[in-house]
Amino acid sequence: MKLGANRAGLGIFLLLLILSFANAEAARIGDIVETTPMEQAARFFSLSDKAVQLALAGSVLLGISCGLLGAFLVVRKMALVGDVLSHAVLPGVALGFLWGMTKNPVAILIGATAAGLLGTFTVSLITRTTRLKEDAALGLVLASFFAVGLCLMGMIQKLPTAEKSGLDKFMFGQAAAMSGADITLMSVVTILTCLLVIVFYKELLVISFDATFARTTGIPVRLLHEAFMLLLAFSVVIALQAVGVVLVSAMLITPAAAAYLLTDRMHRMLILSAIFGVLAGVAGAFFSFLGSNLPTGPFMVLAASTIFAGAFAFSPKHGVVPRWWRRRVKGDRIGRENTLKAIYQVLEAADFKSEGVTTAELAKHRHNTLETTLRDARKIARFKLVDFDDVRGVMRLTNEGWRQAKIIVRNHRLWELYLTSRANYQLDHVHDDAERMEHLLGEDTVRELERRLNFPQTDPHGRVIPSVRETTTSREP
Amino acid sequence: MQPEVFPLEIHDLTVAYNKRPVLYGVDLQVPAGKLIGIIGPNGAGKSTLIKAVMGAVPLMSGWIQIFGKPYKENLTRVGYVPQREMVDWDFPVSVMDVVLMGRYGRLGLCRRPGKADREIARDCLEKVQMLPYADRQISNLSGGQQQRVFLARALAQESDLYLMDEPFAGVDATTEAAIVTLLQDLKDRGKTILVVHHDLPTARSYFDMLLLINMHVVAFGPTEQTFTQELLQKTYGGRLTILSEVAQTVRGAE
Repeated sequence: MKLGANRAGLGIFLLLLILSFANAEAARIGDIVETTPMEQAARFFSLSDKAVQLALAGSVLLGISCGLLGAFLVVRKMALVGDVLSHAVLPGVALGFLWGMTKNPVAILIGATAAGLLGTFTVSLITRTTRLKEDAALGLVLASFFAVGLCLMGMIQKLPTAEKSGLDKFMFGQAAAMSGADITLMSVVTILTCLLVIVFYKELLVISFDATFARTTGIPVRLLHEAFMLLLAFSVVIALQAVGVVLVSAMLITPAAAAYLLTDRMHRMLILSAIFGVLAGVAGAFFSFLGSNLPTGPFMVLAASTIFAGAFAFSPKHGVVPRWWRRRVKGDRIGRENTLKAIYQVLEAADFKSEGVTTAELAKHRHNTLETTLRDARKIARFKLVDFDDVRGVMRLTNEGWRQAKIIVRNHRLWELYLTSRANYQLDHVHDDAERMEHLLGEDTVRELERRLNFPQTDPHGRVIPSVRETTTSREP
Repeated sequence: MQPEVFPLEIHDLTVAYNKRPVLYGVDLQVPAGKLIGIIGPNGAGKSTLIKAVMGAVPLMSGWIQIFGKPYKENLTRVGYVPQREMVDWDFPVSVMDVVLMGRYGRLGLCRRPGKADREIARDCLEKVQMLPYADRQISNLSGGQQQRVFLARALAQESDLYLMDEPFAGVDATTEAAIVTLLQDLKDRGKTILVVHHDLPTARSYFDMLLLINMHVVAFGPTEQTFTQELLQKTYGGRLTILSEVAQTVRGAE
């Protein structure tokens, strides 16, 4: 986490140069009169308003740069570093303001970047020279730098001469407070970020995954890391005005975290993260505008958090809802298979002489109430596993029902036999395990079991293991 | 007559962490085409030695040469297999992506791996029997499979000297057998391989030569000359449990 101050200086100088040509006049939305939300929304999306254009452009730009760099922070487990960086910039913002007593973007950028880098440098200094671990150092630096910043900001508010309009926006963010000069600066930083990520994608990937290995292949790990940290500091600073010091780290972490849940390839994660960043930025700017310039930061972060909540709930692989659904589907299947097995056992007890099983017989066999049994019967009837005569309460297995019932009974008995004959289980210990395994054994495993057991006919209790021929479908657990 | 160029030559190497030396005065001339086990107790500096060769730790004194040149000038001739626990296996990359990283050193900055690199990576995966897993994300792999992916990555480096940090740690029997075959194959192709190894009984059969270290080089030579009770005792010091293990292993071999 060490940063090259000389390289930081060069970067700032370049940005300064570009900025000296930019228009430093701030555009504001100060003339909003009473309008309906619909009219406001129309005004926002028609892009007719100069200030809206600026706010929107700024939100898109910060969404891209924060999304891209945040993705690397998340996979490198450096999320807290982003947090420290974003809080540590506050004293720099105040000092940058005090320098010229105006909200000069360049002075503020220099001050904020310097303070942010000083913060991350302090963290590495503490971890290198003391026994404290990184988490403690991060927490310490975050709070102390932020406190210094708050003191300075408080002092500035008390100054009578300060043209302080706009500085308070740095706390919670105001996209509408961005000027043309701000946007130019943001474009430069975002372009640099995109260039870094595209040109050095492969290097950043291997550094993030395995830095030691990266070093051994001759990749300039240190230099790239410093470039990354410098751009990260810039991205935080350019996002400050729109998102605010308090919440800016969320724009680094939240879109990236959502993307991390949705994909398991880095390049896709980067693209998703940038898209989520842009969506959150635009949504934040929009709602802030709708509410007549409410602070933008909270809205952006809320939008990002909503995206994250969506990913958390619905991500196909890791999402809570799909996982719950898969468990439910599996639970239902096991329930059906258990009912089929019980029917088979009732039929078996009667030497397969009768064709149907009544709900009363089944209820007695399973020690269940008649209601529960009726419900189970209807469930499997819905899957066409039995023909169920609701009036007489008689179930008749269909062909498919027979097949599945035989499979499950076969699995159960094979597994019991395997456990007793090959794994030296006691005969009275095997039933419970087989109750679970019968639903999990795939067709390939069953074949293997049959072969190892020399195609047995009966289970350890002496009951016949049903043979299931003409089964071609393999059953996934 | 030209002096012999060793794949790895170390002269008077001392490495220290926080001013406390962990390796003293190491002198070593590793001949080509050998499979060498690095043996020693915990904290003996086995991994440090490898890291020093790779330039990953600062040297207090001495020098290291790879094929007669400093490491930095001969990067592509060295392949490296780090310890498996060193990386986050939830990282969003596929098995193929990781193996392709072995090509990065040869590609140089900015260039992306191309079709030829993918072919090589596929071959390397085939050699460790991991080709069917090429498109899987790495978090779905078992420990042994992870180790084989790391080996494939090292193979993709197409180096002449390989440094491996405990490739046998915590792997299943299949993987262990696969690694042994692979190491033999590399050796037969004239490569030099140094392997940090923890298990004494297998060390005897796996390696041509042994490097016994305990903060300094205790012995370096052909396995039959170095795998002796006396030298192992010297390496492991007064540790009773290991001593008895050594004694048994030596007795079992006689």
